Amino acid sequence: MLTKRIIPCLDVKDGRTVKGVNFVELRDAGDPVELGRLYAQEGADELVYLDITATVEKRKTLVDLVTRVAKTVNIPFTVGGGISNVDDVKALLNAGADKISINSAAVKNPRALDEMAREFGSQCIVVAIDTRNIDGIDFVHTHGGRKPTLLQTREWAREVADRGAGEILLTSMDHDGVKNGFANEITADLSALLTIPIIASGGAGKMQHFKEVFTAGKADAALAASIFHFKEIPIPALKQYLEKEGIAVRR
Amino acid sequence: MDVAVIKYNAGNVQSVLYAMERLGANATLTDDWETIKKSDKVVFPGQGEASTAMKYLRERKLDQLIQSLEQPFFGICLGLQLLCEHSEEYDTACLGVFPIQVKKFPSIEKVPHMGWNNLQHLSSPLLKGLTDADYVYYVHSYYAEVDPRYTIATSHYMHDFSALLHRDNYYAMQAHPEKSSRVGETILTNFLNL
Repeated sequence: MLTKRIIPCLDVKDGRTVKGVNFVELRDAGDPVELGRLYAQEGADELVYLDITATVEKRKTLVDLVTRVAKTVNIPFTVGGGISNVDDVKALLNAGADKISINSAAVKNPRALDEMAREFGSQCIVVAIDTRNIDGIDFVHTHGGRKPTLLQTREWAREVADRGAGEILLTSMDHDGVKNGFANEITADLSALLTIPIIASGGAGKMQHFKEVFTAGKADAALAASIFHFKEIPIPALKQYLEKEGIAVRR
Repeated sequence: MDVAVIKYNAGNVQSVLYAMERLGANATLTDDWETIKKSDKVVFPGQGEASTAMKYLRERKLDQLIQSLEQPFFGICLGLQLLCEHSEEYDTACLGVFPIQVKKFPSIEKVPHMGWNNLQHLSSPLLKGLTDADYVYYVHSYYAEVDPRYTIATSHYMHDFSALLHRDNYYAMQAHPEKSSRVGETILTNFLNL
């Protein structure tokens, strides 16, 4: 049986793992390669490495880090941050990344998605969507969630799927860092609307939140950062809980 | 232990090389006939699309080489599909090592089949040490049908499909052993020990 995936997200800055509350205050949580290896051993199903300063400082994600991770870690991992064109994708995939995640650059130039999917296949193209609800309407935000756009989240999600995205990483800016649970409603909407997997992100605080996002939220995977980094929820305990609650997970 | 990893126009072969290194094998990415022929083991990995991959293999006569090898041979992901008879992906004639059809998953559930799924009906020394409670990592939209003569494990997504195949010196796996944690390492180690 295909299982629901648990994905720790390692936000990386200057080669170190960090996690901010609402993306602003940053705290240090260690070496990204060692942390990734530890998560793989603990039973994480995938990893996501996001170079959170990449777009702002126009810095490319470090290929070196990807190479080190690929040599060490024996589960799939996605790399995001500052990826804008086919050459960026090629460099990261060649270094050993399984998937790349594209966010602001896809909004700026949606046709880049068509090119990437044609060149490398949809299975390795993840589109990250940062969404925020403004007066009852969900809008896409870019640049680490700081910059609003006029794109409505559901419409944008459908467009990126049509252009060849293989997966959507949906982060609710309203929920991120607050630990009150995932944005189950919009996650479920996208999961029903699209035929590609949806990774829910933002808001995990308790184990129950994961159960909710897999049931009410219909997510295929759930991503979190600080609760894993600071051992608030150990992955083995989370999986044991989910299994007991009748959700298919890899043990 | 010299392992030749066949070089062709397929994506993400680096991870297979790293996995071999972690297991202590000396793996080389190559499309050189002699190097491949004299290696102890051959791995045929890959992600990508069947018709362009077959075209590339035929242009370099790697199709004939693959069909003529005698040492243990391991096709992974697209490698498994290319070892079959025919793929629905752009109606492609494949290598025919396994007389099996490769079909597209129906869009009843999400496609590609992406994530961790368990192995069932295991029956091969290649799977020594594993049970049907063991999971492997999949990313694929096409699958090989089950053929009791060659299928040595199945997985289930909408219906059963061939998770692993075996015929003579040829082995193949639809999931990615190089990304399947301890379970994948067990399978690769068993292959290296054949």
